[in-house]
Amino acid sequence: MTPLRPELQKICGWIEPESRVLDLGCGDGALLEWLQANRNITGYGLDIDPDNVQACLTKKVNIIQADIDVGLSDFDDDSFDYVIMTQALQALQHPNKTLSEMVRVGCKSIVTFPNFGLWKHRLYLATKGRMPVSKNLPAQWYDTQNIHLCTVKDFEIFCKDEALSISKRDFVDYTHQSDSLMRLWPNVFGEIALYEINGQINAK
Amino acid sequence: MRFDEPLSLECGKTMEQYDIVYETYGTLNAAGDNAVLVCHALSADHHAAGYHSETDKKPGWWDICIGPGKPIDTNRFYVVSPSNLGHCSGSTGPRSIDPKTGKAYGPDFPMVTVKDWVKYQKRLADNLGIKQWAAVAGGSLGGMQALQWAIDYPDFVKHAIMIASAPKLSAQNIAFNAVARQAIMSDPDFHDGRYYDFNVVPAGGLKVARMLGHITYLSDDAMGDKFGRALKGDKLNYDYGVEFEVESYLRYQGESFVNRFDANTYLLMTKALDYFDPALEKDGDLSAILQDIPTKFFLASFTTDWRFSPERSKEIVKALTDAGREVSYLEFESNHGHDAFLVPMKHYLDAFKSYMSNIEIST
Repeated sequence: MTPLRPELQKICGWIEPESRVLDLGCGDGALLEWLQANRNITGYGLDIDPDNVQACLTKKVNIIQADIDVGLSDFDDDSFDYVIMTQALQALQHPNKTLSEMVRVGCKSIVTFPNFGLWKHRLYLATKGRMPVSKNLPAQWYDTQNIHLCTVKDFEIFCKDEALSISKRDFVDYTHQSDSLMRLWPNVFGEIALYEINGQINAK
Repeated sequence: MRFDEPLSLECGKTMEQYDIVYETYGTLNAAGDNAVLVCHALSADHHAAGYHSETDKKPGWWDICIGPGKPIDTNRFYVVSPSNLGHCSGSTGPRSIDPKTGKAYGPDFPMVTVKDWVKYQKRLADNLGIKQWAAVAGGSLGGMQALQWAIDYPDFVKHAIMIASAPKLSAQNIAFNAVARQAIMSDPDFHDGRYYDFNVVPAGGLKVARMLGHITYLSDDAMGDKFGRALKGDKLNYDYGVEFEVESYLRYQGESFVNRFDANTYLLMTKALDYFDPALEKDGDLSAILQDIPTKFFLASFTTDWRFSPERSKEIVKALTDAGREVSYLEFESNHGHDAFLVPMKHYLDAFKSYMSNIEIST
């Protein structure tokens, strides 16, 4: 089994054993594979990419090939204990709609995203006057898949506006460090934000 | 293989005695748990893989998926591929002699359903010493048999593989079948299904039925790519002969079908398709039927299949996820329409192979 990337290891600590889990944009299925082996969870991964789907099959992870942007209408309300979406929020066509669907389908939802309020991005924009490009967000503005980047503050304001409650949050950097600066000023020092949310977003 | 134990059918009739013709590939292991049942669709038969002789132009219908190193790997699995009851390739069907009359059954052959076939295949499995299917697999109507197996004998089926299939026919699907049947039954050589007695076959009708079916197996794109508006000759003749390539192709398909298929069998097979509706007994709630089934499912569909479109497979996936069952579902890009499940495409074969190789069997 391949070692999990830092934020996924954190998520594993949040998941109750024997849960029913839906992983949106599950990639190669590493998280579900780990949870199946160590937390005895059941569930499915959703991904659109043929290579990811193939990787999931190899790992014996139940995979449903589907486009998250098309919606989760095939899933009933509260049909999963957890709906997880890691590092996909910023690449969605309508992140608000997907979040709304996640909290409808899952009793709890776990979302992670790169924090665009990170000091490095602020510095890059302030000094160079150009859209930030980094090792972990390497694409240029015109060909990036990350079309809906947000900051920690943006996300929390969204949750407040939509009356979603945040039951857990954490911040890590790409090397799995989670220091006191991050905890103190997450919107400046957190590289990746992790949230567990629940509630219902009323359709508008 | 001859069976003398009567088989009661859904239509209320009973087959007192019947033959099942089948092919096997690979070797059954001592535990009897490495067997894979391959179910054929509308027009195929028990010859699923390999060649019968050096003069065969084509291998069995699913040769791309069955064999050493292929998705259904015969180095691991023992593959059983029967012809269904009602078929015209050796298993008892309308062309067979009814022992009661000494004449061909013809229209007196009882209506058979997917559920009947599953029961019949179970008899074969028991006779072959199979304890549990590692998988039941099929495309289209074959996939429906896999689903019915999981419903009727859940503990006997570890995995159900349904490719380009559907939970039941739509009104449009039934309509196409109805037209195909009308073509056959209105042929003057049909003689109410007793054409064997007159030494004729309703060739014209069967041909039209096959041509119609064939259109529904291909996508608009595939036909466009293959034929476009290409002409058979070098100019338009302004007559009713075969002018376009696509006409010529369909006629060829129709004619070659007449040589190998029996019209009464075609009628029966289309009716079995029409009748298939396993959720009927639960008021259409497929999820309720699948509630406690331990079988794991693998479903796949193809983007340009309009006979059984991806949406139809997704209905089954939804029923399975609602029921909390284990399922994987893949949707492959392909311009081959419904027939894509018979076409070697890398992503399709790789995914199928990965899934099959994870099926645990005793060594």
